[in-house]
Amino acid sequence: MPPGAGLFAAELFSVDNVVFVVGAIVALVGAFFVVTSRNPVHSALNLVVTLFGVAVLFVSLHATFLAAVQVIVYAGAIVILFLFVIMLLGVDREEALEAEPLKGQRPVAAALGALLLGELALLSSMRFRAPPPEAVADAITPVVADKTNVEQLAEAIFTRYMLAFEVTSILLVIAVVGAVVLARKPGRSFGLLAPRGEDDSAEVGA
Amino acid sequence: MSPLDLVAVADRAPTVGHGAYLIIAALLFTIGAVGVLVRRNVLVMFMCVELMLNAVNLSFVAFASRLGDINGQVAVFFTLVVAAAEVVVGLGIVVAIFRRHKGRATADDLHILSG
Repeated sequence: MPPGAGLFAAELFSVDNVVFVVGAIVALVGAFFVVTSRNPVHSALNLVVTLFGVAVLFVSLHATFLAAVQVIVYAGAIVILFLFVIMLLGVDREEALEAEPLKGQRPVAAALGALLLGELALLSSMRFRAPPPEAVADAITPVVADKTNVEQLAEAIFTRYMLAFEVTSILLVIAVVGAVVLARKPGRSFGLLAPRGEDDSAEVGA
Repeated sequence: MSPLDLVAVADRAPTVGHGAYLIIAALLFTIGAVGVLVRRNVLVMFMCVELMLNAVNLSFVAFASRLGDINGQVAVFFTLVVAAAEVVVGLGIVVAIFRRHKGRATADDLHILSG
């Protein structure tokens, strides 16, 4: 059987199947509790569970670098940022999920979710005709067996996608500056952003 | 068993079909989308957006593996960077809204644009 032909490997309890099923269940259960937890802190911790499950699936697809980055950046940085903001704002109390602020919101959401899932199932069951190999030869960077995942990713990012990589660094700088500007206390301004004359008097007083 | 042998073991092609990964990605995306629609807490809504981003990342990696093309993983790398930037700016906005609304920051409190 060629790889990827059936849904699962022929041998039911092979390592691949077990790893996949465990990773998938962990990811889905975590996702379910992200949505249904009353406490935002619990949601954030369940998000970590989901991210770990997806990282396991990345490993089983041999995307080892992305699995590591997933754990470091998502579970390590982004979720910590979430927890930091939750605790900074003091919204880490339980909320009543029973009350429905908008009438009929949940049935509509469930219906839309079912519709979305149906669409996705329909799309993934369709067979698309692949373009001829010579037409996409320039677009594809084939995975080769004698290089590691990190080497191949680095080669692609630092040659072909160099411009995009540099643009993301600019994006990150803009995001950091934007976050600082957004989150500063209103009324207290930094020297550069202050209207002229206003900041100087404050400095003299201090 | 040396570490190099382990690498050799890990470099076999996956025997779980890529369709199975796409199913998991679709389920994750749907859970995230329903979460955005149902929850009123802005922070939890953000987490659900992250779930959806992760689902798309998973399908990117599955397709990259299916087509034997490293570019799918490059796309996931850029998605991760953009997601990090998005979270930073989004949480900054949440903090700003929280300050302005005197400690309330659910989606129901943000009705300043409603007529």
